[in-house]
Amino acid sequence: MSQSQWSELVNYFRGRSMWMLHYCTGCGAIELPPVMTSRWDMERFGIIPMATPRQADILLITGYLSIKTLKRVVYTYDQMSTPKWVLGFGSCTINGGIYWDSYNVIDRLDKYIPVDIYIAGCMPRPEAIMDSFIKLREMVQKGEAKGYEKYTKNYEWYKANQDHVFGRSEPVLRKAEEVTKSA
Amino acid sequence: MTILLKLIQGIGVGALSIAVGLLFIGIGRKITARIQRRYGPPPIQNFFDIFKLLSKRSISHGFAFDLGLIAGFSALLAAVVFLPMGQINIFPHNSSLIMIIYLMTMAYLGMAMGVSSSGNPNATIGIARALTMMMGYEVPFAAVIFSVYIFSRTGSLANIVAAQSGGFLNWNLVRLPFGFVAAEIALQGMLGEKPFDMTIAPSEIASGPMVEMGGKYLGFGMLQHSIGLFIETGIMVDLFLGGASNIWIFIAKQFVLYFAALMINAIMPRFRIEEGVSFMWKFPLLLGVVQALIVVL
Repeated sequence: MSQSQWSELVNYFRGRSMWMLHYCTGCGAIELPPVMTSRWDMERFGIIPMATPRQADILLITGYLSIKTLKRVVYTYDQMSTPKWVLGFGSCTINGGIYWDSYNVIDRLDKYIPVDIYIAGCMPRPEAIMDSFIKLREMVQKGEAKGYEKYTKNYEWYKANQDHVFGRSEPVLRKAEEVTKSA
Repeated sequence: MTILLKLIQGIGVGALSIAVGLLFIGIGRKITARIQRRYGPPPIQNFFDIFKLLSKRSISHGFAFDLGLIAGFSALLAAVVFLPMGQINIFPHNSSLIMIIYLMTMAYLGMAMGVSSSGNPNATIGIARALTMMMGYEVPFAAVIFSVYIFSRTGSLANIVAAQSGGFLNWNLVRLPFGFVAAEIALQGMLGEKPFDMTIAPSEIASGPMVEMGGKYLGFGMLQHSIGLFIETGIMVDLFLGGASNIWIFIAKQFVLYFAALMINAIMPRFRIEEGVSFMWKFPLLLGVVQALIVVL
């Protein structure tokens, strides 16, 4: 069996079994229970929710991320073992959605971690989520979903973006010691 | 030459137990899905999962982590060769029953060493629950084994099976009914099915012992679970269901036991750990002791 045939086989099995970690701080989390349970039943595609990042293959991010939660998402993403894929769920991950001009919510998730598939909509229906799973399976089986390789290759760029937004977390008002000094 | 042959047979039996265990878990997922009115994954889904897990990159948490998992896995592989399954009986040991029980405890201890060295508090809580639960179900199971021992006057599983030959009425299921019920409840705890699945409570302690396992480590954890399932149901078949004349009947009888456990699993909520242990020490232990008294007197 040649090298390419072997990687094709591995990709086939990876596509048939994808375990998902759902990072649900956004309101879109409400669409996930119907996807997991009897109505749409994602387990028939071999996708089950997992409890920790170590066990997961997919990181599904629902909705907006504030700077604080983005930090946790980056930690979570770094803890997952490769190969790993990210699904951006809802318009908040694409362009900020209704939070597009907010001072403490990020606009584009793709600047901080590599997103393989976006699910557009506010909010996307469970059918759209199922469709994205099928699409991701096709991409994985063809060997096209390579977001994690993009992340390692362009780590400096991602890291600079992350540091830029984390460094912005200075207090908006005066610093505490200045307040006590003036009092 | 015979040693080499035994070695090959042992590897074969290990592979068989892994394959059967994984298939059982896959069919179990399908059955649970149908009970919940879902379509469910294909029965061979667990083979996909294992292949994917073993092909992932994985993160170790130190030497003790690796050693503990390998120790647990190999202890179960060592236990499975002592199990007479149909016409296959590689090591007809004189007290194979005690041997298997001992090695299965070793598997838990190895896993405890491994996962607690990962340093995650959820893993420590999970493994503490697993060992507490083991203390819970081992006591009634020991009482049952005691009565089977005295009843059959032998500690060899092959001889216990031989003593039950000659039709349904000679099975220990009929001869020792209280012991069977006690062992069946203990089996539910051993398999970690509901209501005794507090070890891996995903919503409370983030899947307990598996919390820091990823990739190949989780794959080995799953393989360990599948061999454990094979041994636990296999012991019950040998002790109570009269063994089997060939391997296919053996696997069918194992599946009947697993199916019963699944049905209970599908309709039950979860015990708290102290409720689980106190339940184990009340009803199954009482039944086991009653059975032992009946046998002795």
